[in-house]
Amino acid sequence: MLRILLFLYSLRSFLLFVLLEVLAIGLIVANNSPQGAAFFNSSNAFTGSVLKTRSDVADFFSLAEANSALLTKNAELLSELKLLKEIPDSTFIALDSALEEKFEFKGARIISNSLRFGQNHLTLNKGSKDGIKPGMGIFNEQGVIGRVKSVSANYSVGISLLNTGLTLSSKLKTNNSFGTTNWDGKDSEHARLLYVPSHVVANVGDTIVTTGFSNVFPEGIPIGIISSVEKGEDPNFLDIMIDLSTDFSSAHYVYLVENNQIEELDSLHQQAEIKDEL
Amino acid sequence: MNFRNLIYFVFLVTILALVQILFLKNLALFGVAYCFIYIIAILSFPVNIRHFPLILISFGIGLIIDVFYDTLGLNASAATLLAFLRPYWIKSISPNGGYDESTKPTLHDMGIGWFISYSLPLAFAFSLAFFIADQWGTGGLFGVFNKSLFSSIFTVLMAIIVQLLFFKRKRGIQ
Repeated sequence: MLRILLFLYSLRSFLLFVLLEVLAIGLIVANNSPQGAAFFNSSNAFTGSVLKTRSDVADFFSLAEANSALLTKNAELLSELKLLKEIPDSTFIALDSALEEKFEFKGARIISNSLRFGQNHLTLNKGSKDGIKPGMGIFNEQGVIGRVKSVSANYSVGISLLNTGLTLSSKLKTNNSFGTTNWDGKDSEHARLLYVPSHVVANVGDTIVTTGFSNVFPEGIPIGIISSVEKGEDPNFLDIMIDLSTDFSSAHYVYLVENNQIEELDSLHQQAEIKDEL
Repeated sequence: MNFRNLIYFVFLVTILALVQILFLKNLALFGVAYCFIYIIAILSFPVNIRHFPLILISFGIGLIIDVFYDTLGLNASAATLLAFLRPYWIKSISPNGGYDESTKPTLHDMGIGWFISYSLPLAFAFSLAFFIADQWGTGGLFGVFNKSLFSSIFTVLMAIIVQLLFFKRKRGIQ
């Protein structure tokens, strides 16, 4: 017995190495499942405050850009608002519950963002105090950015669209045929559009937007523009590459969207045993 | 390792980790050359540091970087591998007559030729472990090798520059 213990003791650094590697791999696996809660990540108070200080300094230099992006978005929204504004009328019609407000929007700032790994994440400066919940969609005026994964009191961490684990229900704007956007882990400007049947007419230059099927994003938020269409290895599907419309390296201010009816829809889907993609 | 050394290494690890976290997160030259500057700290611990604490310390440093990067486990696993391999590699490239008790495997103590042959394979092993775990399931072994090779070269270059600029030079006979 003693000799076994001595033998193990002589191997202690190797055993520690194996133990820590197994632990690390366990952490990688747990962290990379898009649904599972992460153990620790950059949303905890200390990490969040360090990253926020860094971004406070760094973002100061891009305020002009951020301002002009906000102005553009504001102008767009104002023109839309003008169309929707009620014309004063003597009659009053109670709105149907089908027109009930479905999506709720919030604003936040990215305080940390990565683009160079296979599984990229981003940290936002708002948390559960500000009403951020896991599962909310993140986008900016350019297009889709990602989805909130976990939330602390003051910060939240989202999975970037630049994450091979994230799939996004998307469609061609021209003919509404839908597919799934998934990043291929290569560079931050391109992604793939999967599962588009080969009979669909897809042309270079077509716009890809969100479908609204997934209940995370409203319909019609831009994702990208088709850059190449080829016959895939699987003859049933097309092999489509898209240029992402969001410039992830310069994204600072983002909008978060929450579907108010997601609980109802989720329980309905559960009843019908439908598994959802994003 | 005496008290002065301890303070020195705590300081070194903190500075390098801060630089890594604050400035080098999205830096990748030509999309392939990443810079893992914090591994200089792991590489420059004294030669006679025991294996067991070295592995533990490296795992801890890697984990701290991971928490800030949201890449939980990636840096930790690669840094653990680096720390595990380090003593074997140091032993196998030991110069005639072995090492002094207090030798640090740094540029100024050992010279540039030895330092490159010491750090480049270790940095390559680190990068390889990092990118295999990072790109797992996305295919493309070529991409992994490409990134590992250029990242290790870039990291070693940065290590040499950092040591030339900031590390204390050995003066006369110690």
